[in-house]
Amino acid sequence: MKIHEYQARDLLAKAGIPVPAARVVETAQQAEKAFEENGFPLQVVKAQVFAGGRGKAGFVKLVKSAAEARAAAEFMLTHRMVSVQTGPEGIAVHKILIAGAVDIAHEYYLGFVLDRDRSTVSMIASAEGGVEIETVAHERPEAIIKEPLHPLAGMQGFQARRAALALGFTGKQANIVADILLKLARFFIDYDCSIAEINPLVLTKDGKILAIDAKVNFDDNALFRHPDIMALKDDAETDALEIRAAAANLNYIKLDGDIACLVNGAGLAMATMDVIQLHGGKPANFLDVGGGVKAEGAIEAFRILLSDKKVRGILVNIFGGIARCDLIAEALIQAGREVGFTVPVVVRLEGTNVEQARKILAASQGELPTLQVAGDLNDAAKKIVSATR
Amino acid sequence: MSVLVNKNTRVICQGITGSGGGAFHTRGCLDYGTKMVGGTSPGKGGTKDTNGLPVFDTVDQAVRATGADATMIFVPPPFAADAICEAAAAGIKLIVAITEGIPVLDMVKAKKYLADFGDSVKLVGPNCPGVITPGECKIGIMPGYIHTPAQKGKRSVGIVSRSGTLTYEAVWQTSELGWSQSTCVGIGGDPVKGMDFIDVLQLFQADPLTDAIVMIGEIGGAAEEAAAAYVKKSVTKPMVGFIAGRTAPPGKRMGHAGAIISGGEGTAESKIAAMRDAGIRVADSPADIGKCLREATGG
Repeated sequence: MKIHEYQARDLLAKAGIPVPAARVVETAQQAEKAFEENGFPLQVVKAQVFAGGRGKAGFVKLVKSAAEARAAAEFMLTHRMVSVQTGPEGIAVHKILIAGAVDIAHEYYLGFVLDRDRSTVSMIASAEGGVEIETVAHERPEAIIKEPLHPLAGMQGFQARRAALALGFTGKQANIVADILLKLARFFIDYDCSIAEINPLVLTKDGKILAIDAKVNFDDNALFRHPDIMALKDDAETDALEIRAAAANLNYIKLDGDIACLVNGAGLAMATMDVIQLHGGKPANFLDVGGGVKAEGAIEAFRILLSDKKVRGILVNIFGGIARCDLIAEALIQAGREVGFTVPVVVRLEGTNVEQARKILAASQGELPTLQVAGDLNDAAKKIVSATR
Repeated sequence: MSVLVNKNTRVICQGITGSGGGAFHTRGCLDYGTKMVGGTSPGKGGTKDTNGLPVFDTVDQAVRATGADATMIFVPPPFAADAICEAAAAGIKLIVAITEGIPVLDMVKAKKYLADFGDSVKLVGPNCPGVITPGECKIGIMPGYIHTPAQKGKRSVGIVSRSGTLTYEAVWQTSELGWSQSTCVGIGGDPVKGMDFIDVLQLFQADPLTDAIVMIGEIGGAAEEAAAAYVKKSVTKPMVGFIAGRTAPPGKRMGHAGAIISGGEGTAESKIAAMRDAGIRVADSPADIGKCLREATGG
C-alpha cells in the first residue's frame, strides 16, 4: 500500500526524523494562507499524487509570494496531471503540500528496502541524491552504499555511523545522519514497510540536515496489524474496476490492451497475457480468480471484464486443480445469460472435471454463439486473436 | 528415488481444523496415499479432525505421538511464521508452508530462525502448492491425478516452479508426452521463502531417478538469474524453462507478492537471457513446455 508524501512526512516526523514544517491544503485560498503562515520567502507547492513525474508535468512549483502560491494551487487543482506514469487521461489533484524551500548545499538518498537476495532488509544510501536511485545504481553502482540489516537485531549503530561517514559526513553531522538512519530503519521494521526512503535528504547551506521528500510503501500482508496505516489508504488513483475486483476477492490489474483474460493462478494468469501477445494480441488485464473460486466470484469477474469498454474478446484459461472446470463452465454460461456475451469468448479448460465442463459448454453452444472451445493454450490464443481482428 | 518426500514420509497438518482448508486438503493427501498421521490446532488437542486424524495442541506432541517428519501448514497468515518455527523446533525435517499472505518481515525472522537448524530442516514455500512425489506422497494442494508415477520404460522429469497452476501445466504436458515426474516442488510466489531454485536443482542433479528438469520462474527478484549461473556450472541434466510475465508492466504486483519488476530489475527478458545462456531450453509459450522437453532430450 502506498501513502502520500504529506502522510509519509508526518510519520517520519513522528519517528523523530527532521522534516521541515509544511501545510496541506485543498483549495487555492488555503494555499495563499498557508504561504503566509509558513513565513518563508521562497516556498514549494507540490501536488499530492502517487504517480511520479510531477516536476516535469508542472505540478511542483517554487513560489515567492502568497499570490503565486494561490495561482500554482489553482492550476494544480483545476488541471489533470499527465505524466509518463499516469496515462494520457491524467489524474485529478485533491491535496497540495506547501513547504518552505531550503538553500541546498548537497542532496543525499537514504532508503530501506526488502533485500530479496539476502532475505532481509537492506539500507541503501548515496551521496548522489535528488535523482532516481535506480538510475544511480544502474549508471554508477560505486556511488551506492549498502548495509544489510540483521534479520533479528535490526540495524546496528556502527552500521549507521559507517554509512554516514561513507556518505561524506564528518563530526556532529555524521552523528545526526547516523541517528536518522537508525530511526528510519526502526520505522521500516515497526510499520512493516516494503520501502521507506528519504530522497532527498539535504544538507542546507547553513549546515542543517533535513528530510525534504519521502516515499513510504507498506507490506499489504501486514496491514492487519497496523490499523492506523490502513486508515491512510487513498483509493482516488486506483482504477474503479480494480477496486470492484478487490471487493470480490479477485486479483485484477487493468492493462491497456483489448483482449481480456480470466485465469486461475497468478503464474498462469501472467503466462496467459504473454501468450496473447505472442500471438499478436494485446492483453486488457491480469486476472487471477484464485483456486477456490465459486460461481458468484466467477460471474462478477465476467461482469468486470465486460465493463471495460476497450475489451473486444475474452480468453478463459482454467487449469482445474482446486478450481473445478465444471463450475467455471456453469459460471460462464450463467454470466453469458446475465450480461450477454457481445464479444467473442474462447475457453480453454484442463484438469479437474474437464469432461463434464466440455459437455456443459457443448450443450449451451446454441445459447452462446460467440463462445469457442480451444484445445491447448496456443490454440486458444490464436482463436481469440483472430476472432478480435 | 525422488527428492524431499517418498512413501515413508509421515506428515501432519498444522492448522488442520481451521478455515484455511487444512482438513479438506488433508483429505486430498490421504486419498492420494500420503501417510497423513495427524494435525495440530492450539486449544483442540485430544480431539479428532473430520478425517478422523488425531489433533494435538502442539507440533511437539504430534511428533512424539505420531513420529511425523514432515508438516503441511495451513495456519492463517498472522500466525504462520510462528507455525514454521514451531515445526523446526519440534524436530520436523520438511516444512511445507501453503499459507498465502504471510507478512514478509515475519518470513525474514522465521528464515533466520531456521538457519540455526542448518541442513537438517528444509522449508518449502510459503505461498506454494507443495511437494509431490507421484504415486508415493503428496503434501499440498495440487491435483494428484495429473501426475505420472515413475515406472519402467518412462523417463522422469523433476519440476521446480514459483507458480502453482503453471506447475500443473508442466506436469500435464510432460505426462501427455509419456514422461513421469520424479518430484515436483512448488517453491512459492513470495519474495522471502525457504528453498529456492538452486536448492532444488541441486537435489534433482543428484537424484538418479531424475533424467531432466523443468524450471518455471516469473518476474521479480533475481533467483532465476542466480539459478542460471548455477546451472551453467553444476547441472549436467537437460533442462527446460519458462518465465511468466513478459507482458507485465513494471511496478505492478502481478498476483504473487514476489512478482513485481522494480527499478528495472526482475524482468522476464533478463531471466530468459540468463537461462538460455546457461543452455536451458526456454519455451516462448507455456503450451510448449512438453515440446521443449522432447527437443531437449531427443524424444
